[in-house]
Amino acid sequence: MKNRFFIPPGFIGPLLITALVLAAHISFGVLDGWDKFAVAVGTAVVAELFFHRLMTGEWRNLSSAYISGNSAGILVRSPMHWPFALTAAISIASKYVFRFRGRHIWNPTNFGVVVMLMIASDSMAILSIQWGSNMWAMLAIWLVGVLTIIKVRKFHICAVYVISFLFFAWIRSLMGEGVFLAEIAPLTGPMYQLFILFMITDPRTVVSTRKGQMIVAFLIALVEMFFRLGEAVYAPFYALFIVGPLALVIDILYRERKDAGVNMESGKISAAKA
Amino acid sequence: MMNQKYARAVVSGIFVLLLMVPYGIRKMAQLEEPGIGSDREEALDRYGFFLEDVTEEAGIDFVHKRATPDEKLNHILPQISSVGASVSVADFNNDGYPDIYLTNSEFGHSNALYKNMGDGTFEDVAEELGVANLNNFESGASMGSIWGDYNNSGFEDLFVYRWGRPALFRNEEGRGFTEVTEEAGLPGHINANNAVWLDYNSDGHLDLFIGGYYHEDLNLFDLEHTRVMPDSYEYATNGGLNYLFRNNGDGTFTDVSEETGIRQTRRWTLAASAVDLTGNGYPDLVVANDYGVDEIYLNRDGNYFENAGEISGLGFVPKSGMSVDFGDILNQGRYAIYITNISEAGVLMQGNNLWMPSSGREEGTSGSVRYRNVAGSMGVEIGGWGYAGKFIDFNNDGNLDLYVANGYISDEPETDYWYDYSRVVGGNRTIIEDAVNWPAMNGRTFSGYQENKLWLNDGSGRFREVGSSVGGALILDSRAIAVADFFGTGALDVVVANQNQPVRLFRNRVRGDHHWIGLDLTGRTSNRSAIGTLVFLYQNDGRITKKHVSGGDAFSSQSQRPVHFGLGKDPSIDKIEIVWPSGIRQTIHSPQPGRYHKITEPESATAGSSGVLSNGNFVSAAGSNSEPANSIKSEPLSLEE
Repeated sequence: MKNRFFIPPGFIGPLLITALVLAAHISFGVLDGWDKFAVAVGTAVVAELFFHRLMTGEWRNLSSAYISGNSAGILVRSPMHWPFALTAAISIASKYVFRFRGRHIWNPTNFGVVVMLMIASDSMAILSIQWGSNMWAMLAIWLVGVLTIIKVRKFHICAVYVISFLFFAWIRSLMGEGVFLAEIAPLTGPMYQLFILFMITDPRTVVSTRKGQMIVAFLIALVEMFFRLGEAVYAPFYALFIVGPLALVIDILYRERKDAGVNMESGKISAAKA
Repeated sequence: MMNQKYARAVVSGIFVLLLMVPYGIRKMAQLEEPGIGSDREEALDRYGFFLEDVTEEAGIDFVHKRATPDEKLNHILPQISSVGASVSVADFNNDGYPDIYLTNSEFGHSNALYKNMGDGTFEDVAEELGVANLNNFESGASMGSIWGDYNNSGFEDLFVYRWGRPALFRNEEGRGFTEVTEEAGLPGHINANNAVWLDYNSDGHLDLFIGGYYHEDLNLFDLEHTRVMPDSYEYATNGGLNYLFRNNGDGTFTDVSEETGIRQTRRWTLAASAVDLTGNGYPDLVVANDYGVDEIYLNRDGNYFENAGEISGLGFVPKSGMSVDFGDILNQGRYAIYITNISEAGVLMQGNNLWMPSSGREEGTSGSVRYRNVAGSMGVEIGGWGYAGKFIDFNNDGNLDLYVANGYISDEPETDYWYDYSRVVGGNRTIIEDAVNWPAMNGRTFSGYQENKLWLNDGSGRFREVGSSVGGALILDSRAIAVADFFGTGALDVVVANQNQPVRLFRNRVRGDHHWIGLDLTGRTSNRSAIGTLVFLYQNDGRITKKHVSGGDAFSSQSQRPVHFGLGKDPSIDKIEIVWPSGIRQTIHSPQPGRYHKITEPESATAGSSGVLSNGNFVSAAGSNSEPANSIKSEPLSLEE
């Protein structure tokens, strides 16, 4: 029997992030304002339409731009409007500028916020505080997010990252004067909810194999530890910024070699058969 | 479709342009900024004033020492004890010269009452008058003070709020102070960081609002546990209670916090100020809260308060409210509200708020208020780790300028605590509220070494920063600001109290062709301090400027009681309207500029007969000719001084 409540996979991400934004803002007023949020989403959508049309001559599905705009709208903190627009525009533009073998290699929002932190840190910051003091609200968001991630078969990435983060937090607490609870505190905040549920699981920028995805998640947590030891406030974004594209390029090259090997083998077999 | 190669080139070009946007915006902002310079004549010529640090020659050597709470909090002591430097101004002995009261916080260190000797110098008389030794384990640590004549004796009384027992001192005709806290019925222990005198029910007796910061059950100097921190960075629900005490008129106060609706939340209140915003004749309260949304309590005819924070637009987005001040920045007879917050590049960009009443809607026409934040478009948004934000007409041009105190903890240079801070404040309440989980500061700087901002109002809705050119831009951990005409020149001078650092007094040198007028008001039916009185100045060019007598504002600050107006180059005044808290209205036509006028509230019968006292001449409401204040006089300033 056909499932009446079937949600096309392409809509799951947009629906999830919309639900998160609505719940968080109506409950806690998490956004800097609907106007700034709208600027981010609007800019992302317009930029996607413009760049895709320019590059391909076609219109494209806007769900990924919508997610990028939402992420920028939530993550960026600035009293001004232009950083919201610029983050969204840079995020979308990066997809069309930095490509390898026809694929974009950075998670767009991750690229956008890291670049903005480099070029406009005097005008903006990234959401790094919690949405509310209610533990149940946090758990509810995690529950919905995790169920969704399970549905799109990316839970293993989140699980490996969280376990690795906890492990490295424990290492850090042993290395310095840090308190373990303080080391894991960020994990309970919304910045990490977005980072884990949307960025490191982005289907377009994760490597192809399940095992590879788990290794990359571990490496992100490892590199993040070094940024944290250097007291970088936005350590996870920097870690993903470095590990993500490197892993993807290596994965693409590895698959090409593997495919070439398979083709060569099958060529030999065909030749032998002939 | 464009050729793929060209399309990629176009996209790449656009991408590079996008990357250059912040650089371009910075460059444009730099073009608008004035050049750095400290040439006094140039500053006078370009901006109409400059500020001269006269702390030492004035004989002021006060250095604030922060409180030292329970040793369980030692690892984050600078954060815990980040406040306590305050300043309030009053003419405590009625000699015509504004005096200065400064609080200290460390046990064993004294508060100071600097008596203005009238010759440009000050003398600390706190010890001999009995208001010096207020910091000890039994009573707590001083956090600030406000002056108000609570018993209508004609002398300003002193209220000192502490992390501990608040203290009310009755002024014995300027010759000394007697502590009357117990007989007044004030509470035994509040961890307060602000207080405001206001006559909320317009009965002619000053009532008292006290804002709690840390939970009142905590004795910060003898802790039983370490769960003393906010349970959320932006939605905290575990701060101290706020209090409203009604003055019974017989020297006692009654706690009416519950029945008046003032006690609705447990936010971490850092600042509050009161003025009538709805036009119903009763003062409303604006409350700035750290770790949460700000609040606006509308006074319903002196009976109760209604929290209209969210509906007014002012209390929706949570920030770190640090200061409240009111100013008619566009000379429209309407108040804007300035609330400082925290801005730290790349880490936390809250931005300060400048709330303007919504256009097309006059205050009070419907008993409600609606505001929108225009800090960005007016250029007063990005400060630093803000504390007191005070409106002041620096150059007497008739436009209200803004002085904003910045800087949290300046410790070892080139160090930074932000990383550790950002880890903890991102955590859940179970982690953040326990001080044990907070990483040790170890002498690190935390948003320190920040310059104060001096924003000059061009009168058309734009402010620009001029601190580097006119002096006064301290790089200290500034907290409180009070303004007063200490030297009788007709210019408003500035005192800045700095945390764990020396206080600074700036004498304001204003260009001679900028005129001014001052009104020294005394209530009769209304409270004698005239706190809450609104004054409207009508100039012949159509400008209407609104000011009021404040019972405490900005952050832990209170400025001079006389109302001061800059007039610019045209000294002519059409009229001045005074609206007393009693409801009596008074109109004065063509008052003489360049001096302070002593004005006593008319008898209600006098005002009641005509509604408005307006005889076309410059007279006091009591019917006698106005008299200039006995010692504050206009003195033309020459550059050679």
